[in-house]
Amino acid sequence: MASTHKDPVLVVLELTGANDYLNTIVPYSNPLYWDNRPKVHVPEDQLLPINDQLAFRADSEPLKEFYDQGNLAIIHGIGFENSPRSHFRAMDIWHTCEPDSIGINGWLAKVIRDLDPGGENVLKGVNLGQGLPRALAMKGVPVTSVNHLPSYGVLSSNPGIASEEDRVQLLETFARMYSPLIGAGPTMEYLGQAGRDALRGADIIRVAPENYSSNVEYANNSIARRLRDVAQVHLAGLGTQVFYTSHGPFDTHYDQLGPHEKLWTEISVAIRDFFDDLREHDASNEVVIMLFSEFGRRVRDNGTGTDHGAAGVAFAIGDRVNGGMYGTYPSLKPEDLTQGDLEPNYDFRGFYSTLAEKWLGLDPVPIVGGHFEQMSFV
Amino acid sequence: MPHQENIRLMAHLMRRAGFGDTREELEERVSKGYEAVVEELLYPERQPAIDDELLYRVFPGYEGAGAPAINQANWVFRMINTKRPLEEKMALFWHQLFATSNSKVDNPLELTRQIAIFREYGLGTYRDLLVEVAKSPAMIFWLDNQGNRDGAINENWGRELLELFSLGVGNYSEDDIREAARAFTGWTIAPKIPRNPYGRFPWLFDYKPEDHDDREKTFLGYTGNFNGEDIVDIIADQPATARFLARHLYRFFVADEPHVASWNITPPVDPEAIELLADAYNESRGDIRSILRALFNSEFFKNARFARVKSPAELIVGTVRMAGNYEGFKPGFNNLALECGWQGQELLNPPSVEGWHTGSEWIDPGVLMRRVNFAARIFGDISLPGVQAIVKRVLVNVHMHGDSSPRAIVEACLDAMGLLEVNEATHSELIAHAEKCGDLAWSTHEEFRATMHNVSKILTLIAASREYQFA
Repeated sequence: MASTHKDPVLVVLELTGANDYLNTIVPYSNPLYWDNRPKVHVPEDQLLPINDQLAFRADSEPLKEFYDQGNLAIIHGIGFENSPRSHFRAMDIWHTCEPDSIGINGWLAKVIRDLDPGGENVLKGVNLGQGLPRALAMKGVPVTSVNHLPSYGVLSSNPGIASEEDRVQLLETFARMYSPLIGAGPTMEYLGQAGRDALRGADIIRVAPENYSSNVEYANNSIARRLRDVAQVHLAGLGTQVFYTSHGPFDTHYDQLGPHEKLWTEISVAIRDFFDDLREHDASNEVVIMLFSEFGRRVRDNGTGTDHGAAGVAFAIGDRVNGGMYGTYPSLKPEDLTQGDLEPNYDFRGFYSTLAEKWLGLDPVPIVGGHFEQMSFV
Repeated sequence: MPHQENIRLMAHLMRRAGFGDTREELEERVSKGYEAVVEELLYPERQPAIDDELLYRVFPGYEGAGAPAINQANWVFRMINTKRPLEEKMALFWHQLFATSNSKVDNPLELTRQIAIFREYGLGTYRDLLVEVAKSPAMIFWLDNQGNRDGAINENWGRELLELFSLGVGNYSEDDIREAARAFTGWTIAPKIPRNPYGRFPWLFDYKPEDHDDREKTFLGYTGNFNGEDIVDIIADQPATARFLARHLYRFFVADEPHVASWNITPPVDPEAIELLADAYNESRGDIRSILRALFNSEFFKNARFARVKSPAELIVGTVRMAGNYEGFKPGFNNLALECGWQGQELLNPPSVEGWHTGSEWIDPGVLMRRVNFAARIFGDISLPGVQAIVKRVLVNVHMHGDSSPRAIVEACLDAMGLLEVNEATHSELIAHAEKCGDLAWSTHEEFRATMHNVSKILTLIAASREYQFA
């Protein structure tokens, strides 16, 4: 198939705020689940069993369909030793692969550097969101961060600019103001280059929404819009191999049930629409989407929600993913818990290594900082 | 000195010692005289403070907040609304030097309390400030000193104290680190546990004599049964500390310098300036106010206009101050605080203990686009009171001089934005653009509207220029 020659693409979806593992892949036949979750559980009539032990939530039915088709891998018990239970610290560790020190360089920035050592394509890595997640940050690795694809660009979304004609005129002057200046000093020259690069990047990415048409109608929520933006950039064939986006908040200490259901409905439907869209354009075969969260939540509920835990669950979804379950669900027995939390039994750096090596064809060791057990989901 | 030159110099001082002033504020300050304004800035306690009680109504519950956002917004509010610009600027300076990050501390209230230490002690002696920082619970947790006990030395705080907070690499030995760490054994916090998963609580500084190593230590050639304060006394008297702090102040207030990590191999851009500041340190026994007085009154400072790339906080706060928005209590501070992070300076969450990389390292193409779009959007919005004031000033200026040529309009715009200076090439591009806009006219309502709009387009372009990125 021609499409197998396309460069592999990795879409990373961060579930921000710590997703409740126990209520995502539910150990429904384990009495300890029901004992520990008197209030915050998924009711029996809203479960989609995978086997006689575990079940998806009904609202993530699209994910169950991916699973049944063999295109979704569940990675159990993921995390790292001495999980800090602090969102900020845990997220940093996931982003930098530095559990013992404060890391500066993001693991995906290293991926991008190795995919494009010359830094020739400013769109090799694209973040859909505000600012730049630390996973994508590294000096000398250009990454494009797009909050809203249709309005991305220099002097965009500026209510003071009355017409498109005005904006074009202003942009022409902007471009001339940022042209090379002899003798103005290295910082002025550097800023000039940055300004010209910003214009160029925006010019390239502008074709994505312009050229896009699809029969898929995405839902009207932020993750659906983000994944639609990912689809548009991917379909424009701009050479992007790493996409990053996030959804949340999963920090469900209080009143968990309704919000958690809403989040998983939004995510599951958005991922289904995203793959439908790519398949319609014969562009799904080269894409894997991975989902992770900084940690799972406490085994015992707090009456209305759940507090910070340790082990979590990750997913990999794609046409070329070997679906199924990987690793083992951590024990819920009281004597096996750490501070009341599921103990991680699979290092997240093994998950990253698998994707870096088996999917993207890179040496994972410098990316994740060592050798970690890989899995066979790709 | 001609009036315009005085304004130019005052604008420079206020961009550096504060977050920039409007043209009207500059006039008022110039009437007092440069040195008098420096003195006024150096004694912030003579100006009214932000009313904490009132602030609490706007940011209720920030002391219990799990996320840093409300604490960041609280600080941005202070930067914009303070009557004590240097106090807030010094807080930012010390936050860069004693970079402590929520990514590990995970206790935004304690970080806010650390910033309050910078406000209170930031213009006193370096010795006193170091002692307060050493007792700051956020710092203790950040550098693991709660785990530093007699017989189980944790060197983290001792090492950074010497490497990043005082002497700099090359001016101490590994033994000195260990001895300093021994002196700080028993300096801990109560309760001695991370907030997560135990809930929201403040920390207190706690000294545990039973955990303190009460034996003799030898530090930088001095021997004695030192405790933490003795170590700070020794450090504060070292010439290396004077030069180290001088370079930090130069980098923050005068001109861009390479990052602190490379200082032991890269000489300062202006060694004489560093010597002058270090002398001021030594002569005053580390009195920060005295060093800053020497700095702001020096020729090298006055000649360093636009020699620094603005930090995101400077760009954002300076722009909204100029536009006259966000004065007083109103919604929107959260977004401004988030914008700092999106532009690469997440307050209370610096990337590491070495602080942010500054100068041109603030900028990459994506960040530049954000900075340009942020400032251009504000200066293009003629509904904002500060922008209206600027436009009116331009029109009055043009009218008074009877010169509505494109050149005169551009000059008036740069003047009204606080006497900004641009490169000759940028200048001619702005004039070329002004030419396309046509003559200014205001005899009818429509003409006046069109004129307002045309002036705002010039302001938009100035805000989008390379030069606007510099302070």
